[in-house]
Amino acid sequence: MKVAVVGAGPAGVRAVEVLLGAGIRPVWIDEAADGGGRIYQRPPAPLQRDPKALYGFEAARASDLHAALDAAKPRADWRPDTLVWNIHSGRKQLNTLNAGRQGVVEYDAAILCTGAMDRVVPVPGWTLPGVTTMGGAQIALKSQGCGIGRQVAFLGSGPLLWLVAYQYAKAGAQIAAVLDTTAFATKLAAAPGLLRGPATFAKGLYYVAWLRAHGIRIAEGVTPLAIEGTGDVTGITWRDAAGRTQCAACDAVGLGWGLKPEAQLADLAGIPFDFDALQHNWVPRRDAAGRSPVPGLYLAGDGSGIGGAEVAELAGARAAMALLQDAGHAVETAALDRRLAGLARFRAALEKAFPFPAHLAAGLPDDALFCRCEGLTAGELRATITGPTVAAPELNRAKAVSRAGMGRCQGRVCGPAAAEILAAKLGCTVAEVGRLRGQAPVKPIPLVATP
Amino acid sequence: MRLARLRDTDRVPLHLSLEGAGIAALEGDTLLTALLAGGGGYLREGEFGDGRRAGFCLMGACQDCWVAVEGLGRVRACATLARPGMKVTRG
Amino acid sequence: MTETRCEVLIVGAGGAGCSAALHLALRGSRVVLLERGQVGGQASGVNYGGVRQQGRNPAELPIARKSREIWGRMKQLAGTEAEFTVTGHLKLARTDAEEADLIAYLDVARQHGLPLRMVGRNAIHVEYPWLGPKVVAGSFAPEDGSANPRLMAPALARAARDAGATIHERTEVVEYAHDGTLFHLRTLAGGTFSAPVLLNLAGFWGGRIAAAFGEAVPIVPLCPNMVVTEPVRYFIEPNLGVVGGNVYLRQIPRGNIIIGGGHGESDPGQPGDTPWSRPVPEVTMQAARLAIALVPALEGVQIIRTWSGIDGQMPDRIPVIGPSSTTPGLFHAFGFSGHGFQLGPAIGAIMSELVLDGRTDIPLEPFRITRFAPAA
Repeated sequence: MKVAVVGAGPAGVRAVEVLLGAGIRPVWIDEAADGGGRIYQRPPAPLQRDPKALYGFEAARASDLHAALDAAKPRADWRPDTLVWNIHSGRKQLNTLNAGRQGVVEYDAAILCTGAMDRVVPVPGWTLPGVTTMGGAQIALKSQGCGIGRQVAFLGSGPLLWLVAYQYAKAGAQIAAVLDTTAFATKLAAAPGLLRGPATFAKGLYYVAWLRAHGIRIAEGVTPLAIEGTGDVTGITWRDAAGRTQCAACDAVGLGWGLKPEAQLADLAGIPFDFDALQHNWVPRRDAAGRSPVPGLYLAGDGSGIGGAEVAELAGARAAMALLQDAGHAVETAALDRRLAGLARFRAALEKAFPFPAHLAAGLPDDALFCRCEGLTAGELRATITGPTVAAPELNRAKAVSRAGMGRCQGRVCGPAAAEILAAKLGCTVAEVGRLRGQAPVKPIPLVATP
Repeated sequence: MRLARLRDTDRVPLHLSLEGAGIAALEGDTLLTALLAGGGGYLREGEFGDGRRAGFCLMGACQDCWVAVEGLGRVRACATLARPGMKVTRG
Repeated sequence: MTETRCEVLIVGAGGAGCSAALHLALRGSRVVLLERGQVGGQASGVNYGGVRQQGRNPAELPIARKSREIWGRMKQLAGTEAEFTVTGHLKLARTDAEEADLIAYLDVARQHGLPLRMVGRNAIHVEYPWLGPKVVAGSFAPEDGSANPRLMAPALARAARDAGATIHERTEVVEYAHDGTLFHLRTLAGGTFSAPVLLNLAGFWGGRIAAAFGEAVPIVPLCPNMVVTEPVRYFIEPNLGVVGGNVYLRQIPRGNIIIGGGHGESDPGQPGDTPWSRPVPEVTMQAARLAIALVPALEGVQIIRTWSGIDGQMPDRIPVIGPSSTTPGLFHAFGFSGHGFQLGPAIGAIMSELVLDGRTDIPLEPFRITRFAPAA
């Protein structure tokens, strides 16, 4: 049986571990040079790799995962530095690109563990050099030992906001401000549910308390106004909860409002997507074990709906077990299923504590860029409703008319904001305007003269 | 944009160039780190008159850090390790 | 549910259907246009965007000439020219045999008043220094160009609506009947529509409508395999094609290069299904190789998106256009075989003439539906 696993983050590592344990040697592909995914990304060899310094409270978990990764690599058909740019679920083929060379991987069953990226709300000035995603800010620090600037502001909402600010402060960067778009009261209301995951909740409180104790400027319930600067970032302005305009000088800004699945392969495979109102994301359809409706395809980790690293590890293992079960192996999964169900309840509380600020995206000023690739403004997207062609009743028509999502990133970055802008303009829900359909290649691939 | 080196600065130095100007970097830097910590300032110009860019996601997703390396072709700066002597041009 | 009555029912809101709705509405007809998916969702919206006359089957040239005239006043007609740009179309030869083909077509062009200029072996690399050494000659049609297919049909649809036409998207017709006087159409959602005139402008699915009226034709789905690159410096001005048509490419002033060649795969589905189509990776790679052979500087430029859509192809590669042979009041125009985008505006005008004037100046005999051996 030919099995392929795409992705070597927490979900991919645990999936491969289970497969190897059952005597299956999968083709295991990751776009990066090493595994670990984004969360447990290891720095290139010349940098220090001390887990405590890099992963903090998660050091033990990171070390365990790296040990499993390193043990699994030589036993699997490990293919790093390899982009899977297309999937054909009928022929059961993956199209790959490695060092400029095209390849095809045949599979009988495949587990897609394609991870997530930051979910971003555009803010005027967000394309300036010096502005990165929250995840990007964290990667710069963890994987490269660098801050994105000397004096950094963080803007967004969710656990990563506080964690990254804490990590930056500990590393010696100046924190200009930590700006949370969620009001304190919203988080407080969700606190009882968060106690289902006491360790995670406590860590979150610790970061916030630490930042406060170190006199770092913190504001909650803010409305971002602009990232200031012409060539480079010089400051950030926002409206505070009381309605006053505030500003802070800074030379870099990290932005992020939780995560969104990198689910392009699931899309190209023809797996249907559903709008998950709680996480406010489109997620590929799967059962609790990770089976997709497309025969032979399994989904695990944040690429199948945001659950975080701990869930991803369990879900990766569970999806591999589902694959084995479907191939006739007897596998005991009851305990694992109970743990996954418990973590799902905690996740629901977390989403309630940090809701996606749809109103901020919807209210982006007409002259602000929302699509980085095509250089499009919110006003240009809104014009698709009233412009010289028939109205855009959904996102793909708006894409066709405005080019939103037609650039190099294929709407990864601007997609959520575009949907909010369009929904607000049409007066319908974001689920009703739909989602940008995926198109191969998943990421840019070069025109080449030789195959 | 200038990345601030906060730790791990005792690595082997290496040198490359951006638009012909020398850039001092460290072994283990990605091209993005090398160029933006080394004073390159930005990586590309938006094609549609919408300003300079210096990457955004640093994880190969946003496609906003493409640069050209002589002999290698166009690459994402965030996902390419800097090597001694690389001749880089923006965009 | 009450039946919606109108003067002309049109099925299929591609470029031809929207243009027909517009031309009829402008002359005062009460028109209802029914579209299974979205306006311009298939062949009209996903094609390459060539506004090309050169190289066409001679039978199509009178339509292409008429359409080119309409393209020239598209802004007045539809409120936007849909990025229509007269860049010229340069058709390239890569062998002596292909060059002979270009030379032979000069006579055809002359007979139809189509301006066409041969660019010989010496001149071709002087005039277009970015062409690769495999290119041996070209013929240049200065009046040709390209437009944005994503904008064309929606613009015509809006203009038609503004002129009084009614357009229903996501309205699939599942039952066709004719009672001797009126057509009666029933939709998937249960709506019913009737009119004395029915225009079948439904692309590949037009074959099914013809079959419903007892005149099945041998039509098959045709899916262009389309590629677009990231934006790069603008240097390819003309729309490029080759003899044989295995690759074609153009660059838009924003910098993206659109490359077509070969075919994707599809399933047009059964009534009620959502059709799908998609490009084929190997075909994409082959088109890339052929494109680089024409323009070597394309090597290394990044592909950012590929797509396909469904058109209908006839065995002789020209469409069915004209009155039904079985049912009075039914007119067809479908099966454009991968090159209907340029023709769409004129098809709409011709349909309006057939309906309202009972005649058109354009010779339609080569496109008659009865030209095929009876299909089983």
